[in-house]
Amino acid sequence: MLLWQVIKVAWRSILANKMRTALTMLGIIIGVAAIIAMLSLGEGAKKQVMESISRFGTNQLKVRPGAARLGHVRTGSVENLTMDDAEAIKREVPGIKNISPSVGSTGQLKYENRNATSLITGTTPLFMEINNFPVAEGRFFDETDIKLMKKVAAIGTTVRKDLFGDGPAIGEEIKIEGQTFTVIGIMSMKGQTSWFDPDDQVFIPVSTYMRRLYNQDFLNDINIQVESYEDIPDVKKGIERVLRARHRIPEGVESDFSIRDFSEMIATMQKTSQTFSILLSGIAAVSLLVGGIGVMNIMLVSVTERTREIGIRMAVGARRSDILRQFLIEALVITVSGGLIGIALGVGLGASISYFGDWETVITPSSIALGFFFSVLIGLIFGIYPARKASLLDPIEALRYE
Amino acid sequence: MIELTSITKKYMMGSSEVDVLKGVDLKIESGEFVSIMGPSGSGKSTLMNIIGCLDRPTGGSYILNGTRVDEMDEEELAKVRNRNIGFVFQTFNLLARESATENVELPLLYSGVKEPRALAVEALKEVGLSHRLGHRPNELSGGERQRVAIARAIVLNPSIILGDEPTGNLDSRTGAEIMAILKDLNAKGTTLVIVTHDPAIAAHSQRVINIRDGAVTGRAG
Ligand SMILES: Nc1ncnc2c1ncn2[C@@H]1O[C@H](COP(=O)(O)OP(=O)(O)O)[C@@H](O)[C@H]1O
Ligand SMILES: [Mg+2]
Repeated sequence: MLLWQVIKVAWRSILANKMRTALTMLGIIIGVAAIIAMLSLGEGAKKQVMESISRFGTNQLKVRPGAARLGHVRTGSVENLTMDDAEAIKREVPGIKNISPSVGSTGQLKYENRNATSLITGTTPLFMEINNFPVAEGRFFDETDIKLMKKVAAIGTTVRKDLFGDGPAIGEEIKIEGQTFTVIGIMSMKGQTSWFDPDDQVFIPVSTYMRRLYNQDFLNDINIQVESYEDIPDVKKGIERVLRARHRIPEGVESDFSIRDFSEMIATMQKTSQTFSILLSGIAAVSLLVGGIGVMNIMLVSVTERTREIGIRMAVGARRSDILRQFLIEALVITVSGGLIGIALGVGLGASISYFGDWETVITPSSIALGFFFSVLIGLIFGIYPARKASLLDPIEALRYE
Repeated sequence: MIELTSITKKYMMGSSEVDVLKGVDLKIESGEFVSIMGPSGSGKSTLMNIIGCLDRPTGGSYILNGTRVDEMDEEELAKVRNRNIGFVFQTFNLLARESATENVELPLLYSGVKEPRALAVEALKEVGLSHRLGHRPNELSGGERQRVAIARAIVLNPSIILGDEPTGNLDSRTGAEIMAILKDLNAKGTTLVIVTHDPAIAAHSQRVINIRDGAVTGRAG
């Protein structure tokens, strides 16, 4: 019997019991949908990580005051990181390409009658290079501006929009925390991440920030770009050694600073999506198992109901392998139909996760292929026993069955 | 040619054995028309099922067209049922969900014939059912259903047609029509073996074999 003829017979028997088949498919549909949603979430997380890599570069390190704790974003409340620390690191640790200290806090901005609140960051020109965050219009402040503690500012695109709308910004005077600054540059657009908008930021010389705007001796961050990615462990060790010595931390006592590198950022991002993935794969496994058992159950019922049909087919020349194939394909038609609906549902589910939740999801052909593969696999695993049972019937007894 | 020698059939009923066929010797030549008669429970259907390769004998030998059938494996038996034998049952045994044409196509699908539709339609025409091709069994009368079953039996031109009480569920007029079709097939050279309780039907055949309690008792002819 040709394959399409077998599939036609399978369809006919499925259509004869629409409701029963639909209920049986449900487990498969949910299971496959969960697989698709899970994979799209995982892919989305991967994509976000890749984007972060291209946005920040992999060669970046950040030294922050206070002990390390994974996944916890720290404010600069601990005051123990100084300009001299940054100088010492630059001098004594090999493998560092660029180093730039930064300080920051939320502050009030004013231009004519417009007000805004954004992050005020005091730093040095190298900050742009380390963070891959260049100026787009005008200029960033330079070493001379820092030396002279000039009241100049480079503003992010969000700040520009808030204060100036579409009007000219460069050369204008704005008030930062009540003091007058001249806008000398506009930053390129960096784009919002889920927790922070880097474009809602004003950059001023670090010296101006620490001496003229606030009176602050302590840094919030030391931003470092290493020569190459492989150097990161060595550079971290070097910083650890230099800073522990400078801060006089005895052997065995936790450091009073932390060094964050890219792998930690990835870990933090992946941890949340992983939790969700584990949940979804649990749902997928359970519903595929339950769905598979449902398919087996319905196929056993079908074999019993159609015992006489099996007898008739054998009487006119069906081999046992023909009967086996027929019932196996019938199980496969059920699970693959369920799988296809599940794929559609999973794609929709992924789309709504990224629409309603703050998650990125990506549907790949391989995740659809995997969903399809699982529906075939479940059909084979749970269809083989009923199909075998059908094929082993005795023709005479099958024909006599009432 | 059908040649049965010392065919026995035993069934296990719980712990005791039941001898249904007790050494049947039977020879049916090609092109013959033979009736099998006997009381209910004497083993007629059991014998027909063995001849039709639906069942295997417990002992004895069965040679069909020169080949030992009792030594064949399942796959070969399926092929014999498909190609060499057409079986007509008392209860028609049609697939309820399929049309007349599709029922007749069934043996063709398992033999791998390329154009089954044309052959099925041809066979239905032969039994006078050209006007009922798309009907399902429940849309057909008893006589029409048996004609579909006959069309299915002859669609692959078997050398033997077996009928186990083919008119048993039909009124006498319809039964006579069915017998006319079967006789016609026999006249064209097909070997015909039927089980019947009706002496009038048996009278059409060249030879009557009487079975009693699992053994052949006498012949007339
Ligand atoms: N599967 C079976 N198990 C036990 N006994 C059987 C089985 N099939 C048939 N028989 C017995 O064999 C005998 C002959 O049956 P059967 O060939 O159908 O008789 P007939 O067709 O002549 O009426 C009966 O007594 C029946 O009960
Ligand atoms: Mg009988």
